[in-house]
Amino acid sequence: MSNLLFDEPGPRARRRIRLATIAGVLVLLALLALALRQFAANGQLAAERWQPYATWPMWRYLLGGLWSTALAAVVAAALSMAAGIALALGRLSRRRAIRLPSAAYVEAVRTIPALLLVYLVLFALPRYGLDLPLFWKLVVPLSVSNAALFAEVFRAGIMSVERGQGEAALALGLTQGQSMRLVVLPQAARRVLPSLVSQSVGLLKDTSLGFVVSYAELLYSGKVLANYNGLLIQTYIVVALVYLVVNASLSALARSLDRSAAGRGGPRRRKITRVPR
Amino acid sequence: MSALLDHLPEFWQGLVVTLQMTAASFAGAAVVGLVIVAMRVGPVPVLRAVATVYVETLQNLPLLVLLVLAVFGLPEIGLKAGLTTTAIVVIALYEGAYIAEALRSGVNAISAGQGEAARALGLTFGQSLRHVVLPQALRTVVQPIGNIFIALTMNTSLAAAVGVVELTAAANRVNLLEAQPIPIFVGAGLAYAAIAACAGFVTGRLERRLAVAR
Repeated sequence: MSNLLFDEPGPRARRRIRLATIAGVLVLLALLALALRQFAANGQLAAERWQPYATWPMWRYLLGGLWSTALAAVVAAALSMAAGIALALGRLSRRRAIRLPSAAYVEAVRTIPALLLVYLVLFALPRYGLDLPLFWKLVVPLSVSNAALFAEVFRAGIMSVERGQGEAALALGLTQGQSMRLVVLPQAARRVLPSLVSQSVGLLKDTSLGFVVSYAELLYSGKVLANYNGLLIQTYIVVALVYLVVNASLSALARSLDRSAAGRGGPRRRKITRVPR
Repeated sequence: MSALLDHLPEFWQGLVVTLQMTAASFAGAAVVGLVIVAMRVGPVPVLRAVATVYVETLQNLPLLVLLVLAVFGLPEIGLKAGLTTTAIVVIALYEGAYIAEALRSGVNAISAGQGEAARALGLTFGQSLRHVVLPQALRTVVQPIGNIFIALTMNTSLAAAVGVVELTAAANRVNLLEAQPIPIFVGAGLAYAAIAACAGFVTGRLERRLAVAR
């Protein structure tokens, strides 16, 4: 952690820190009390409104939703990573006819909301006789939009491999394709692994668009459950907690992969700030 | 094509709502981000922990879950607000976490000598943050914040899923009337692309203007 902005505190600074700590804790407690008061005043704290979430059938239903979320995320991740590699190679190609369309795809998709793509698949494709099953109505637009994001990750990875590696491979008599496949890509793949995992967190967050598609992933399952038992805020809080646990574990995995890559003496990844989605 | 032209007023209305939401929630997110980053790089352990938990929580939750929770859950505990207002507040809180992270990477990129010099001159924590560190940090993160702005514009479309009639929802409604999805959705897509292009142009200009020759 950087100690850029403060020194080892002296007696006066320690007093000030203690005051700020007390003030901070008081504000937190006040917020908590306010929230509890709102819950209590509207009867949302009653045990019977929370008790259902201590029973197995509720959890079996929600975990079923989580399973569908995972399924959609894994399939969409596989599709968009494959497309992402192709787009990254296309963008680095020496032929303009391949380079320009790949670049145009990546730049264009970055500026279209995923929800608009979902609506396109939901409402436009059936008119042209292509009525996909619900699962693909969610997975196809997510793959289309995430392919562009994965392409940028792979492109950064390929460009981070030293030029000498590809040149040496060519000098040994490998063809362009062989040197990319056997020398450059394996090294790039190891370097981008942490970014791939943190991108996948974003993809998993995107699967919540199943809410719009009415594909029974976690959020839509929560909606169905809340409409059935009328426990709106309780259900959505539980759903949010499940998302939080899953995504926080994945983010922690990405961080530890990043650290172990740095520990192996691998080059430090240029810190990319995450983009919200 | 005529489907698009016949319904220009609806599209325009949707575009205005999208722009309003984008501007309001970006302003809110900037404030949230500044407060959170000040807590996170400050010397008070409790505030640092709170800021870290805030960023980690919001970055690991889908925005749509937060929107659904706020729009359908909060009225249950007696917190009622307009639909658009709720969406703006949620988006601002969500994007604030990302802006805080971008700012923090900017703060970390500043050489330690800057902070030390500020303290040697007798500036307090707040003063050195305000006059020395943040102005330099902001210059280095113009591009990432521009990207967050573009992503925020795209994210306002999620408000359509909870019932705000912004550009995406307007396109959807027009399509339900006219059943000409391709021109309608492509038109909406072009409007988003135009907003993103403007944002990209402005951040590019800003970055060149603010770049420090070293």
